[in-house]
Amino acid sequence: MSDGTSGAPGNPKSAYFLSHADEEVERRTLAVLVDNEPGVLARVVGLFSGRGYNIDSLTVAEVDASQHRSRITIVTQGTPHILEQIEAQLLRIVPVGEVIDITKSKRGIERELALIKVAGTGEVRVEALRIAEIFRARVIDTTNESFIFELTGASDKISQFIDLMRPLGLVEVSRTGVLSIKRGKEQG
Amino acid sequence: MTTATKTKTRAANPAPTEPRIMTGAEIVIEALREQGVDALFGYPGGAVLPIYDALFSAPDISHILVRHEQGAGHAAEGYARSTGKCGVALVTSGPGATNMVTPITDAMMDSIPMVVLCGQVPTHLIGTDAFQECDTVGITRTCSKHNYLVTDVNDLARVMHEAFLIATSGRPGPVVIDIPKDVQFATGTYIGKDGIHKSTYKPQTQPHADAVAAVVDLIMTSSSPVFYTGGGVINSGPRASKLLRELQAVTGIPVTSTLMGLGAFPASHPDWLGMLGMHGSYEANHAMHDCDLMICVGARFDDRVTGRVDAFSPNSKKVHIDIDASSINKIVRVDVPVVGDCAATLEAILKELAKRKGKRPDLSAWKKQITAWRDRNCFAYKNSDTVIKPQYAVQRLYELTKDRETYISTEVGQHQMWAAQFYHFEEPNRWMTSGGLGTMGYGLPAAVGIQVAHPGALVIDIAGEASIQMVMQEFSTAVQHRLPVKVFIMNNEWMGMVRQWQELLHGERYSHSYSESIPDFVKLAEALGGHGIRCDNPAELDGKIKEMIAHDGPVLFDCRVEKAENCLPMIPSGSAHNEMILGEITGNEVSDAGKKLV
Ligand SMILES: Cc1cc2nc3c(=O)[nH]c(=O)nc-3n(C[C@H](O)[C@H](O)[C@H](O)COP(=O)(O)OP(=O)(O)OC[C@H]3O[C@@H](n4cnc5c(N)ncnc54)[C@H](O)[C@@H]3O)c2cc1C
Ligand SMILES: Cc1ncc(C[n+]2csc(CCOP(=O)(O)OP(=O)(O)O)c2C)c(N)n1
Repeated sequence: MSDGTSGAPGNPKSAYFLSHADEEVERRTLAVLVDNEPGVLARVVGLFSGRGYNIDSLTVAEVDASQHRSRITIVTQGTPHILEQIEAQLLRIVPVGEVIDITKSKRGIERELALIKVAGTGEVRVEALRIAEIFRARVIDTTNESFIFELTGASDKISQFIDLMRPLGLVEVSRTGVLSIKRGKEQG
Repeated sequence: MTTATKTKTRAANPAPTEPRIMTGAEIVIEALREQGVDALFGYPGGAVLPIYDALFSAPDISHILVRHEQGAGHAAEGYARSTGKCGVALVTSGPGATNMVTPITDAMMDSIPMVVLCGQVPTHLIGTDAFQECDTVGITRTCSKHNYLVTDVNDLARVMHEAFLIATSGRPGPVVIDIPKDVQFATGTYIGKDGIHKSTYKPQTQPHADAVAAVVDLIMTSSSPVFYTGGGVINSGPRASKLLRELQAVTGIPVTSTLMGLGAFPASHPDWLGMLGMHGSYEANHAMHDCDLMICVGARFDDRVTGRVDAFSPNSKKVHIDIDASSINKIVRVDVPVVGDCAATLEAILKELAKRKGKRPDLSAWKKQITAWRDRNCFAYKNSDTVIKPQYAVQRLYELTKDRETYISTEVGQHQMWAAQFYHFEEPNRWMTSGGLGTMGYGLPAAVGIQVAHPGALVIDIAGEASIQMVMQEFSTAVQHRLPVKVFIMNNEWMGMVRQWQELLHGERYSHSYSESIPDFVKLAEALGGHGIRCDNPAELDGKIKEMIAHDGPVLFDCRVEKAENCLPMIPSGSAHNEMILGEITGNEVSDAGKKLV
């Protein structure tokens, strides 16, 4: 909505001040359904870099081979105005069929998978295993001095687990980035 | 992700006719033919020779051989903008493709429908830094509406038809097809354009009824409304211009337009306000600033138009009609967004308006105010008996050509703005200029393309002596193809627009904006096989313009104009619509923040 604050001379914030510049930055998960054609990922990623939008995480894979459909889940940040632009700009890309705002949808589910390597012996090793059990992380590789945990869950839960592993000999982490889907029987 | 290719086409006519087998190069030509392409602009090279060979036996498609691939692109743009059809350019791989990047970007910015065919090295050499290889789809990905690398000849016909569909529908734009040489030689099946569609591509052309009703509600109560129209009206086709005129006639609402929309509304109409924006009219900008209802039809709130956004039309309700949802709320927040095609939406508004019974507020006070602004006579300039004022030159050009079928293109700079201010258009598709990218060098090749589309018309490129030197070689194209384009150079020896900004922003330190050496354009015209005319005397101007018009062939007209004239009025960057410079530049107009803007 046009805000009635006319630029009274003497009070210009910046020459091309957009009236929404002081809006709060929000985090948003978007599912982008695309035709899996050559270059489509480059188009989507190029849009973000070209227009100066953020990408916090990105996952992509073909989800329907017969229809050549891929699903790209992007976690981004911006003011509501920027987020609206991101959606509209994504929809301009010819092979983009649909953009679903997972965060705003009440039925949105977000999950991430992480592989976490922890090395240690003795008490820290026992402690790492105990915490892993609480988080329902699976052990997928063991040596006398290390574990690899596999953990699925919301991103903040994974981050929390990683933080707890840090003093217990955290070696390295590999995360998929966020995957998304909506509850209920409908597609999309 | 990168290997999948698919066939998403469904034949409208699945009757088991003989499959049409041909080479890739023949498929290209056949698809062009089916798409109704009668002319294409191009330049050959190793990677497109098979297509050129197929063209050799296609006398129904005329090929205009340019002198530089950039020329092919702008010519295709001029052809497209003056006809509403799709422009087509054909170039080779590597340098041919990279020379096309400027016109592709230009067409993207100005929403011009264009299909660009590029040759590519054979598929087995892609990625090896082969001779004249470049990553054409990578380079043009962000500056085209869509692009393709065709690696299977059996995809080629579908891709060709899809490209035309995408280039010409929705918000038009350039589509690039990169065709490796082995694909041009390979044989495959041709399919027709019927039934071609792309499931993910669905431009919204019909507006929502609620939005239309909301627009009409606002029209019914507004006492100081304005139409702010743009290139989208031209893109939408002549019917949109007709409907705009009808809606204006019914409502009496005054009309202004962006640079890109000139001609959609007749300049002779009493409710025409002239162009708005940085070099627009005083009355248009003040009407925009003070209106209570702004109805934007196919324009995109460009920074040349809005000036300082926080002071932009502070008290108006804003409606934005645009086929591209991303244009809406991008720069200025609007009250009623309407996603739809201009013609479809204007028609829906007219229908809805006809249903309303109530009386609308009287606009006479508003019109009176507009008359007062108009009486400031913002385009007034001091004429001279001894030197040709650039404004005068355009005025005379207009007077002496307005009764003919005339098409105007321009280069970029002051002359472009004077053309917009002093040449008046009654019809759409008569005015071709590079607005969004502001490409010096656009005008002459665009004129070539326009003349190809309108052989009998008078086509004039209003040029600056700096801009014209960027693409001078295309004059030779005009000579070869007997295209009698007229290049009217307003020669002020300066890069005038740059000089003006240096005067305004940099304390008259004219750093590298003067060309010490300028060609003798008369001799140059003759050397290139055309006709040259020089004029430096206002008294001789009419006669020499008539000579130019009468000459049956390409003309370079070297019109020596006042060297230091500024293009006014002007809203300096970072200022508001009601802060125009009218008379003279003093050097103190621009704030520090404004100086950082372009
Ligand atoms: C030196 C220089 C000075 C300039 N000064 C000025 C100036 O003073 N004033 C000025 O106006 N411009 C000026 N310009 C041009 C300016 O840069 C922009 O190019 C221009 O203002 C944009 O015009 P537009 O808003 O009509 O948009 P366009 O670029 O023409 O875009 C058209 C809009 O309509 C939409 N659209 C397309 N097709 C349809 C359809 N079928 N239905 C509905 N919507 C559709 C598109 O999505 C887009 O939003 C200048 C340029 C140069 C180079
Ligand atoms: C390709 C390109 N390079 C640089 C510019 C920047 N530029 C804008 S106007 C201008 C000067 C144009 O001079 P001229 O063609 O003589 O026209 P005038 O302004 O004198 O009428 C320049 C250099 C541009 N628009 N395009």
